[in-house]
Amino acid sequence: MTVAVTMTVNGQQRSGPCEERTLLVAFLRETLRLTGTHVGCDTSQCGACVVHIDGQSVKSCTVLAVQAEGCEILTVEGLAGRGPLHPMQQAFHENHGLQCGFCTPGMMMSALDLLKHDPDPGERQIREHLEGNFCRCTGYHNIVRSIRAAAARMAGGS
Amino acid sequence: MYAFRYRRAASVAEARRLFEDCEDARYLAGGHTLLPTMKLRLAAPSDLIDIAGIADLRQIRVEEGTVVAGALARHNQVAHSREVQGAIPALAELAGRIGDFQVRNRGTIGGSVANADPAADYPAALLALGATITTDRRRIAAGDFFTDLFETALDEGEIVTRIAFPRPRRAAYMKFPNPASRYAIVGVFVAQTAQGARVAVTGAGPAVFRVGEMEAALDADFAPEAVAGIAIPEDGLASDLHATPDYRAHLVTVMAKRAVARAIARTAAPAA
Repeated sequence: MTVAVTMTVNGQQRSGPCEERTLLVAFLRETLRLTGTHVGCDTSQCGACVVHIDGQSVKSCTVLAVQAEGCEILTVEGLAGRGPLHPMQQAFHENHGLQCGFCTPGMMMSALDLLKHDPDPGERQIREHLEGNFCRCTGYHNIVRSIRAAAARMAGGS
Repeated sequence: MYAFRYRRAASVAEARRLFEDCEDARYLAGGHTLLPTMKLRLAAPSDLIDIAGIADLRQIRVEEGTVVAGALARHNQVAHSREVQGAIPALAELAGRIGDFQVRNRGTIGGSVANADPAADYPAALLALGATITTDRRRIAAGDFFTDLFETALDEGEIVTRIAFPRPRRAAYMKFPNPASRYAIVGVFVAQTAQGARVAVTGAGPAVFRVGEMEAALDADFAPEAVAGIAIPEDGLASDLHATPDYRAHLVTVMAKRAVARAIARTAAPAA
């Protein structure tokens, strides 16, 4: 059956039809056309689909769109809006934190949740936090470097 | 996944009513086991009854040394709760190693316990700490709760509402995780409680179980060496692509030894 869902996505109230079984990631990508959030494994392992629901990072392939009714969703598109890059995005850009780029949105959304709990994480904390985000290019070195650079920049208030 | 009807319940009573109105309903909490199972078409409920909005099932309280977790407490909530870290640090540590950070932001303790996955972490804590499971109709001791592979003492439609963990003298959980899923290939929770030492094993068999011989040895001498020479029989242990039964049996002894060492190391630190 088709139902209507309403949620706040990147600061804007968005509504749309979906089936009860529609996953949040499918609703974001196919109904709202926010294709920055990726589907990698579709089994809650790889983390390409990480978005924030009410400020917490979650795997949007394992959440129904109807479960997000009334919630605040932040996707990678919401980081910069139409303005300059978010410090996390800028840090990935400057530190070559991506190769093919498929995992990148999930990496950044996951890393931002880490920085909320730990504004100055060491390499070990970053690597442990990213256990649910896979980079099939194995580009973890520069991902970790990017997140450390982003943390320094965000702590500096710029 | 197959189509279903989705309903939201604002209270336990409403959830029960909705459940009884449906042909083949399932309760939905965090959804981190149920939704993947439905994607694989291993489950095809007619209705999902979302209980995640029942706010009073989300709280964690510590009362007279007993940790009482609402069934909807998320794994990260348990892991990061200062009260849980203070009362039963082993429980907070266990919660902080379930799945990954995003899974811990959604998965719930009640969902994990009701599902009774043979490789889930929480059942080992419940059994070793002598936890009590409260449902919408009764209380069940952990020792009577986990009956078999994905089988529990819960009746059709019964809802876990909270889980009470008495504080042990000392405890620790060590697991050998599957590197992909983080489920326990073998996990051992060791606790020194008012009723004596408890050793509970998850991941190894069809359901969580205690190892009486290790418990007796730890009652005599709470030291890693006390369990080091105790091998458990491999009969009835799980065999899959990750580990053979004899490998799992070996891991039980290794993890038990490490858990005892960890429990002792923790009590050497300032009292929690």
